[in-house]
Amino acid sequence: MALNLTVKVHPVVLFQIVDAYERRNADSHRVIGTLLGTLDKGVVEVTNCFCVPHKEHADQVEAELNYAMDVYELNRRVNASENIVGWWATGNEVTNHSSVIHEYYSRECREPVHVTLDTSLAGARMGLRAYVCVALGVPRGKQGCMFTPVDVGLTYYEPEVVGLQLCRKTMAAGGRSRQVQPMVDLAQVAEAASNISSLLEKVLEYIEEVLAERALPNDAVGRELLELVSALPDMVAKSFADAFSAGVKDLLMVVTLAQLIKTQLQLNEKLTLLTSQ
Amino acid sequence: MASRGGTSRRVPENEGAITYVQCDGLAVMKIVKHCHEESCSNMEVAQGALLGLVVENRLEITNCFPFPKHDEAMDEEEYQLDMMRRLRRVNVDHFHVGWYQSADVGNFLSQSLLESQYHYQTSIEESVVVIYDTKKSARGFLTLKAYRLTPQAIAMYKENDYTPEALRNLKIGYESLFVEVPIVIRNSPLTNIMMSEISEMIPEEEGSKFLDLGTASVLEGQLRSLMERVDELNQEAIKFNRYQQLVVRQQQDKHRWLLKRAQENAARAVKDEPPLPDEDVNKLFKPHPVPPRLNPMIVAGQINTYSQHISQFCSQSLAKLYLTQALQNAKDGKQNN
Repeated sequence: MALNLTVKVHPVVLFQIVDAYERRNADSHRVIGTLLGTLDKGVVEVTNCFCVPHKEHADQVEAELNYAMDVYELNRRVNASENIVGWWATGNEVTNHSSVIHEYYSRECREPVHVTLDTSLAGARMGLRAYVCVALGVPRGKQGCMFTPVDVGLTYYEPEVVGLQLCRKTMAAGGRSRQVQPMVDLAQVAEAASNISSLLEKVLEYIEEVLAERALPNDAVGRELLELVSALPDMVAKSFADAFSAGVKDLLMVVTLAQLIKTQLQLNEKLTLLTSQ
Repeated sequence: MASRGGTSRRVPENEGAITYVQCDGLAVMKIVKHCHEESCSNMEVAQGALLGLVVENRLEITNCFPFPKHDEAMDEEEYQLDMMRRLRRVNVDHFHVGWYQSADVGNFLSQSLLESQYHYQTSIEESVVVIYDTKKSARGFLTLKAYRLTPQAIAMYKENDYTPEALRNLKIGYESLFVEVPIVIRNSPLTNIMMSEISEMIPEEEGSKFLDLGTASVLEGQLRSLMERVDELNQEAIKFNRYQQLVVRQQQDKHRWLLKRAQENAARAVKDEPPLPDEDVNKLFKPHPVPPRLNPMIVAGQINTYSQHISQFCSQSLAKLYLTQALQNAKDGKQNN
C-alpha cells in the first residue's frame, strides 16, 4: 500500500461535487460518486467525476453500482484515457459505510483514493481531504483497514485558471453572489493594470514604513524587492523607444487593414444585393 | 457591466425571446476542460450538449456533457438519451437547451454549424449555440459567446433558396445570420465558498499569461487565415461576375435574335409569304443557373469575425505596450535623477 501517494485535483471536480451536493435528494445528507483520472508515478491526477445515487440506512448502504459502471462506460467514449481512480463523498468524516463503499471501489481499481469535501462547513471551512485505505491488524488475527490521510493539492490547465478567475468575480462583498460577464480583452488588461498599481502602492507603503523605522526590515522581503526592481530589462532609452514605436506602428497598421477589410465587406454586401436581373 | 439588451429589439414578435444566457460556473469549467483536452490531443472541434431550463427571459445553463467523436460504430442519439437519463437520476436538469462547440479564434461560421443550429432551433425554440474560443482562452482571455439564428436565417434555410433575389427579399446579409446573446456567469453561494478555498491554493501569479507581450506569432496566424478567406471570397466574387457577364451577353443575343426575326418577318410580309413560326425564345437561350450566395455569405461572415478579432487583439497589445513604456519611463526617470 503506497502511502506516498499525492492526489492532485482539478477545479472541475470540486465544482461538480458541490453541484451534486446541492442537488441531492431531500432525505440524503451525503452524496457519493466516482473519481476519474490517471495514476502516474505516485501522483493521482483527478480530472473528472460524477455522482452515483445511493441510500444510507443505519446498518447498511446501497449504491447503484450498475449506474456507476454505465456512466463510466459513457465517459470512456468521450475520453478514453480517464480511469476510475477512487471515489468521493461530501461531509467531514469517514463513516462505517465508507469502508464498504471503499471495498467495492478497490475491486474496480488498484489503489482507490477517497476524497472528502466538507460541504457541511464544519469549522467554518470547506476542507478538502484525501485518504487511502491501509490494512492493519495482527497477522493471523482479524484484519481491518484504516483510512489514512494523504496529501491533496490542486492542479489545473492554463485555461482552467482563467475560467476560475472569471468565476471568482461572482463573489461579492457581504457574501451575496452576483453575475459576471466574460470580459472584453481591453477591459481585462485595464483591470490587470489597476491591480498592478494597487499592489505597487502596498509595496511602497511597506518600504516607507521600514525607512521611517516604524516596521522591522525583513531580509527575504528585501531580496524579493531587489529582484522586482531588476526585473525590468536594462535597455538604453533610445533602443527601447525604437522598439516601442516599431511595435506601435505595426499594430496600428494591422488595425487599419482590418477595419478596411470590414468596410469593404459591407460595401460588397450592399452591392451584390443591389444588382438586379 | 451593463448587459447588451440590444438583441431584444430584433425579435419583438417572439414572446419567449431570450434576452440573455445565464451559465453556471460548473458548465463553464466543464466546457473549458473538454475543449482544452480536445485541442491538446487533436485539432478537431469539440462538441457537447448544454442542459438547463428557461426562466422568464433568460436561458439558464446548469450542466453540460461532451459528445464522443464521430464514429460509425456509436449511435449519437442513443448516447445523448442515455446520458440525459443518467443525469436525471442525480437530479440534474435534463432539458436539452442547446449545444456548444470549440473554435479557433472564434471562427465558427460554417455550413454544418448553420445546419445543426437550424435543426436545434426548429425543434427546441430557445436553443443557443455556445462557442468557446480555444486559442484565445489559452492566451488568457476566456471567451464564451452564445449565438442564435435570426428569424430571417431560419426562413432562408427553410426555403433552401440561396439566390440573390431570395436573400434580398429576406434582407439578409452575413451580419444578420446570427444574433449574439449576452452570457452572464453565476455561482451559488456554496460554490463561492469552495472557490475561496481553492484560491488560497493557487498562487497569485497564475493566470497572468494574458499580459504576455509577444504578438508576432498570433498575428501571423490570424492574418494568414484572413488572407485565405479573402482569396476564397475573391473566387466567389469572380464566379458571380462571370455569371453576370454571361447574363448580359445572353440578353444581347436574345435581343439581336428577336430583331432579326422581326426583320425577316417584315421582309416576308412584303413578299406575301407566311411569317416564320414564333419559336420559344427561352428554349434557344437557356437561362444560366444563378450561383448560390450561401458560401460567399459564410466566407464574408468569417472574414468579419477575423477582422474583429484582429482589431481586438491589436488594441489590447497596444495597451500592454503603453504599460511597458510607462514602466520603462519610470525606471529611466529614476536613473536620471
